[in-house]
Amino acid sequence: MGGVGLGPYLMVGAVLFVCGVVCMATKRNAIGVLMGVELVLNGANVNFAAFSRYTSLGLDGQTTALFVIVLAAAEAAVALAIALNFYNNHLTIDVDSGNELHG
Amino acid sequence: MTDELLFWVFSILVCGGAIAVVATQNVVRMAFWLVVSLGSVAALFFLLHADFLGAAQLLIYVGGTVVLLVFGVMLTASGPYVQIRTSPAEMIFGATVGGGLFFVLFSSIGWVDWVSLSARLPATPAIPAASDYAQESRAGQQVTVAGSSSPAAELDAQQQQGRTIRQLGLGFLGLRPDRNLKEGGTRGLAPGYLLPFEIISIHLLVVLIGASYLARAKRRVDRNESRGLG
Amino acid sequence: MNGLFAAITLQDFLTSLVGGFARSMKIDTETTATIAFFLAALIHASLLLGLFAGLPVFYIWLERKVAGRIQDRLGPTRVGGSFGWLQTIADGIKLIQKEDLVPEDADSLIFRMSPYLATIASFAAFMVLPIADGWVAVSAECGAFLILALMSLEVLGIILAGYSSGSKWALFGAMREAAQMVSYEIPMAICALIPLLIAGSLNFQVIGRMQSGWFWNWFIFHDPFAFLAFFCYFTVATASVKRAPFDLAEAESELVAGFHTEYSGFRWSIFFLAEYSSMFAVSAVAALLFLGGSNVGLFGIDELLGHLRGAGTGALGIEGFSVGTYLANLIGAGVLIAKGCLLVFVQIWVRWTLPRLRIDQVMTTCLKYLVPISCFLFLMAVLWPLVLASTIRRPTFSGQPMGDKSVQHIAVPAVRVASKSEGVAR
Repeated sequence: MGGVGLGPYLMVGAVLFVCGVVCMATKRNAIGVLMGVELVLNGANVNFAAFSRYTSLGLDGQTTALFVIVLAAAEAAVALAIALNFYNNHLTIDVDSGNELHG
Repeated sequence: MTDELLFWVFSILVCGGAIAVVATQNVVRMAFWLVVSLGSVAALFFLLHADFLGAAQLLIYVGGTVVLLVFGVMLTASGPYVQIRTSPAEMIFGATVGGGLFFVLFSSIGWVDWVSLSARLPATPAIPAASDYAQESRAGQQVTVAGSSSPAAELDAQQQQGRTIRQLGLGFLGLRPDRNLKEGGTRGLAPGYLLPFEIISIHLLVVLIGASYLARAKRRVDRNESRGLG
Repeated sequence: MNGLFAAITLQDFLTSLVGGFARSMKIDTETTATIAFFLAALIHASLLLGLFAGLPVFYIWLERKVAGRIQDRLGPTRVGGSFGWLQTIADGIKLIQKEDLVPEDADSLIFRMSPYLATIASFAAFMVLPIADGWVAVSAECGAFLILALMSLEVLGIILAGYSSGSKWALFGAMREAAQMVSYEIPMAICALIPLLIAGSLNFQVIGRMQSGWFWNWFIFHDPFAFLAFFCYFTVATASVKRAPFDLAEAESELVAGFHTEYSGFRWSIFFLAEYSSMFAVSAVAALLFLGGSNVGLFGIDELLGHLRGAGTGALGIEGFSVGTYLANLIGAGVLIAKGCLLVFVQIWVRWTLPRLRIDQVMTTCLKYLVPISCFLFLMAVLWPLVLASTIRRPTFSGQPMGDKSVQHIAVPAVRVASKSEGVAR
């Protein structure tokens, strides 16, 4: 009745986190970068829920994961508003064209 | 073994979906694989006895955030023949960085002895069998583990069955009946989450007002005008 | 999983059934438990699939008959006798044998997957619905919240279907549809919260049990705000399953056919299966939350059924199985399905009576009218016990505090939570 144990869940969280980081780093579409952020936050949530189940963290882990979900939704809304403004100004969603401040 | 089978099925979906999000070039397909991945994460939450968390994940992430992202994709679409592709050099660099990060995380998970660390923590009480739960629902009464008289043990047994919602609700109101500061002492219960709950409520309101103000309909800048500014 | 039997679940029953067979084949107990688990899951899923696929067959026939009668004509009368009983089957056969078209501009993976996304969202809602007092696939403690979450996944199927079709009519329909469904989730959750306040639990079985007895125990009669909340919830639920007068997604006069313009044959029928099943799901949720669920509520029939439960235990030689409970559950299931079908009939009736709303009228109705109304009803429903307690010195008319039966069993050690309910109950 113990389930698979803590290690496998942490591995899943690690895979999600790494995929999110690579997505944030390589995608040129701003919405693609946002999807990377969501993957990172989900990796963290899986970690919290796993520790909540398998150690004495208890409900604190689940509460933190709930806060993370709510805050991630708020942050996605703001990031989308910024992306829409970017699109309105540059007429493209390619983040590589946001280079007016360099040099 | 049921737990293990279900865990492997859903974790393959999670990891496969996440890798597909990175690998796909079409942003709408990325959204689809994100839905697969996040839905399977919700299933993993149900396996971890976090029922309310899994339902919240489905409602907010899959039913809200991904819909928001798809709306963003549709509003910023650049036409069917324009593909924003990542150059191969950047892909290789990204894959190297990702591989290094994954190696760091993987080795740190492998080196820590979770079993002995968990064994040094306070023991969890016995988990009631499924038949006790069926009897409870028929009689309309609460399950008590045979021989356990401690209410903390009963609350922990509830957590093991995934029935966390009442305890989560009390926690958000400021009560933590499952966590005494000093066992049998006079200091009372651990502080709850009332203040963060209120802060997050106001935070959500402020953020959404700000986001809708930022995203309001404005005059679209002409391409020549934008080149003149830069 | 709580199953069909009184004291044992379907999984335990199958474990004992398969156990003897497994011991002869030298399979260990853990594998036996796993096999029993998946067998039980398969049986639950097949039973729910029967409900999920069988009811739309009836509803499509009902819709055509009701539409015909409202328009002063007969409706289908040829297939299967003079009432056209088998018309839906004939339509289904026609749709299955059509050519499977995928447009050239369409994104083929998403085009193929989105009908199934919508169906998964609609079907998953059935797993937390208690068809009778002891018959539920997953007795989740957060059942009502889970249903709201699962029904909100249908939006994704709609948007992806419209976007991947590669046609501008489909895209417009999908955008309007997504905005409508997402906006109407807010008043739906608030109106569904009002009976949950009264019950004090999110578990549908507990809510159903609290409404047993006579029909004035139903939550719709609990206070005037719950009464109004039922009508508000029903309106919002009709909008959320994109039924007329909120059916711009299928507005034939405006958008060809909205998000399913490019879908034909079997894929189109999957969308309609999902829509009619969602109609039944929201009607069943309304019946469970407001109209007493699987309780009859008249002439003391519930008391008789209560005596019937537990009778004939072990009669058929199966340990823990009671024939009386099975019969009582069967009657309860019939009652719930009848209540759901009645509400679906009202939805069909409204469709053929009222004209269609424009998209700006739909959004105005939601955001400017229904959200403030539902927030006001919620506030008043919260203040109602306070008003009653200060005037007639009891939180409810019947003397039982709100949600008392589920609050009684909170184990709060050391610190006693001082509350009115504890004072009254103990």
